[in-house]
Amino acid sequence: MRIIAIILRKEFRQIFRNRAMLPILFVLPVIQLLVLSYAATFEVRETPLVVIDQDRSETSRALIARLDASLYFQIGEQTTSMEEAERALLFGEVDMVMTIPSGLERDLGAGQPVIVQVVLDAEDGATAGIVQSYATQIINQVNADISLGPPGIRIAPSHWYNPNLEYTTFMVPGILVLLVTIIGTFLSAMNVVREKEIGTIEQLNVTPIKRYQFVVAKLLPFWIIGMAELGVGLVIAKIVFSVPMVGSLWLVFALAGLYLLVMLGLGLWISTLTDTQQQAMFVAWFLMVIFILLSGLFTPIDSMPRWAQIVTEFNPIAHFIEIMRRILLKGAGFQDVTRQTAALAIQAVLMLTLAVRQYQKRTG
Amino acid sequence: MTAVDIKALEKRFGKTAALEPVTFSVAEGELFGLIGPDGAGKTTLFRMLATLVLPTGGTATVDGLDVVRDYRELRNRLGYMPGRFALYQDLTVAENLKFFASIFGATIESNYEMIRDIYGQLEPFRDRRAGALSGGMKQKLALSCALIHRPRVLLLDEPTTGVDAVSRLEFWDVLTRLRDSGLTILVSTPYMDEAARCDRVALIQDGHILEINTPTGIEDSYPLPLLSVKSSDRLTAKRALERFPFAYSVYPFGEELHFTDSRAEPSVSEIKTWLHEAGVADAEVTVIRAGIEDVFMHRMPTVEGQTGVA
Amino acid sequence: MTSAPAIICQGLTRKFGSFTAVDSISFEVAQGEVFGFLGANGAGKTTAIRMLTGLLQPTGGQAWVAGHDVYSEVEAVKRSIGYMSQRFSLYDDLTVRENIEFYGGIYGLRKTELHQKSGDLIERLDMEAEANSMIRSLPLGWRQKIAFSVAVLHEPAIVFLDEPTGGVDPITRRQFWDLIYEKAAQGVTVFVTTHYMDEAEYCDRVSIMVDGRIEALGSPAELKKGHGVDSINDLFVLLARGGKRGDA
Repeated sequence: MRIIAIILRKEFRQIFRNRAMLPILFVLPVIQLLVLSYAATFEVRETPLVVIDQDRSETSRALIARLDASLYFQIGEQTTSMEEAERALLFGEVDMVMTIPSGLERDLGAGQPVIVQVVLDAEDGATAGIVQSYATQIINQVNADISLGPPGIRIAPSHWYNPNLEYTTFMVPGILVLLVTIIGTFLSAMNVVREKEIGTIEQLNVTPIKRYQFVVAKLLPFWIIGMAELGVGLVIAKIVFSVPMVGSLWLVFALAGLYLLVMLGLGLWISTLTDTQQQAMFVAWFLMVIFILLSGLFTPIDSMPRWAQIVTEFNPIAHFIEIMRRILLKGAGFQDVTRQTAALAIQAVLMLTLAVRQYQKRTG
Repeated sequence: MTAVDIKALEKRFGKTAALEPVTFSVAEGELFGLIGPDGAGKTTLFRMLATLVLPTGGTATVDGLDVVRDYRELRNRLGYMPGRFALYQDLTVAENLKFFASIFGATIESNYEMIRDIYGQLEPFRDRRAGALSGGMKQKLALSCALIHRPRVLLLDEPTTGVDAVSRLEFWDVLTRLRDSGLTILVSTPYMDEAARCDRVALIQDGHILEINTPTGIEDSYPLPLLSVKSSDRLTAKRALERFPFAYSVYPFGEELHFTDSRAEPSVSEIKTWLHEAGVADAEVTVIRAGIEDVFMHRMPTVEGQTGVA
Repeated sequence: MTSAPAIICQGLTRKFGSFTAVDSISFEVAQGEVFGFLGANGAGKTTAIRMLTGLLQPTGGQAWVAGHDVYSEVEAVKRSIGYMSQRFSLYDDLTVRENIEFYGGIYGLRKTELHQKSGDLIERLDMEAEANSMIRSLPLGWRQKIAFSVAVLHEPAIVFLDEPTGGVDPITRRQFWDLIYEKAAQGVTVFVTTHYMDEAEYCDRVSIMVDGRIEALGSPAELKKGHGVDSINDLFVLLARGGKRGDA
């Protein structure tokens, strides 16, 4: 224990004296959290739109006004010429052209169906689909307001856990996981390899330090820093993004601690395989990209092919993101995340054992 | 004809001076040595002359060209061998040579004369990866690559560091022959014994030049009488000499002790008696000529009250 | 003083694939001896030291360091020795004092003892003013002296020094050897490799390695007489010229 404390003291001194490391540890994650959360969104706002109003009635103007008032649309020119509108679409000045046929008000009043045509720039199919759904929503609302007939079946959606469909609410917990992961894996890997690179590791290997003492002392600082980062990240999530925190934060921290063990073990294992910090970074990067893309952070696991879903079972990031989302957004308790916890626990034991075994004080 | 002219050349990093202002010149066809330990400033000086680092003060011209203004043209005329092995470890001997020749627009065939001497020994290994060569062979290859474009001035930064004694001797044989063919060569080295093979030598320590002269001139400049003391009990002899009232400095030199007397006319018999009384009966005391290392140690600035007694 | 040798090597060998770096070397080092381990680059010196300090497992032969078998009692070996590596020993982003405290603590020195020894060390090296300076700000010669003192801080029976005076100025080199002699006088066995042939003369006995084998072993005086040369440097050149590895 004493020995671990001695090594720890040296590690912390070195970490805090490392001018390059400090901003990476503290400033970069905050910036990443803010930038990623704001930037990585599937919401589409301020879609430029041109309207061809062939009706020029009160109703048509009301519809246009409703679109304009919405955050999702921005009405550009109004024009009467379809060619002009198409040219604007072609040159990317607008993403959508809406044509209101003449006789809209009259036909609506007479109980006749009316077709409003919407032409979308569908180069980016996903975005076009989203924009279309916004337009449909608004039109349906208008429809409902002016409808005189008996109410048919209406759909009354209620969005649990994320009532305003705030994308940040969905993304931020996931991005928090990413940040903690980077500390855990990259930095711990590079820290050990750095000693290999400059040669001090030989000096350590020749001392009576035991393997487990070395491992604990190397990983513990990053475990502590990772937890601290999580804390800071949660504060930012609450204050800046108003992410709801329904479940127990203690549980989040406890499971984060477990998750960090997995990622630190991974970092250490990488360090035993590589000789330079550059190599360590590349290997870590390679693994991280795969893990992140298959983690459900950006794309839902449910829409992945079956084989990818199986791979996800072995992906610690996927498990922890699920844990974070369930606890923070859905208020889940420990019994609701036992499967993920068990998976992480097994992975932690495996990873750490593998890493410690691999780290040799003596070359064979 | 001056090949290298340096005036008050200096390099500072913030407040620390890697090289204090130095002034000296090297004649064409001279083999000039820069002798000093690690951190003395040798590499800094060479990198400035090689147009790799900008000076923070002073000027320097090599082969008539200013190292700052005319660096482009100068790079065609310089041959440079940096302190660490700077060739491609994963290319073969032949590939490295061809590469460096082609950079300068030369071919191996056209300039083979220059490197024939050295390359002859490398030839059997022409298809071996440079990284798999021994230290001595690597240096020979690096030298070949520095010569292949027929430079007029050669800058060699610690070419013999980390190389075994035999290869070192051979290397200096090569350098002497190159100098004889008319090339101007500046070499830096921490090995004091290599100074003897230079035409002139600059002793450098802590960013300062201590002295510049021919090796003989430097040896002559030793101000006090130097004696060699040999005995079977070196330790006791050393202690005894340190206590001698006229002792200026006592340094071990291999199996001898170099003793400097503070008087102009020391008495060998007096010293022998002193040693005898201290229990050293078999001391051999002879007056000797100072070597480069003796002078270097004498001229090193005394730091923190270091006396001459080591 | 017991007479068991500090180091015993019998046919010690290390192969890397088909390449034999150390080819069956055998020698003994007595306690309190200053033993010089000489050889060209690539001759196998560093490989041999790494086997004796427990960093590398031999592929053949036997060796005992401080009475412990290097195969089966590696950790015991490590507790009994000090080591100053060629590449690096001290952390240059820690101060002199912090380095001393770290390594002292690792070797089990308790607080008061450590504090005492730290003070003594700093005083002996005359570095009171630099005690709280970063290692990286100190000249090479000073770093090497500190590194040596740290290596012997826990009073090991044997200390291994791998090229400790490379590139150091001539005065500091000699001060370094003063430190070595002090320790040797206290009974510590010193096993040192060096490039400087004049330093070979400072040793009680030397061995010269060529192509992985020991080609000469004995006191400097014996060897010079036996081979008819004036200096160890001449002897080295004589033996190395016969070596094949030096040419490739």
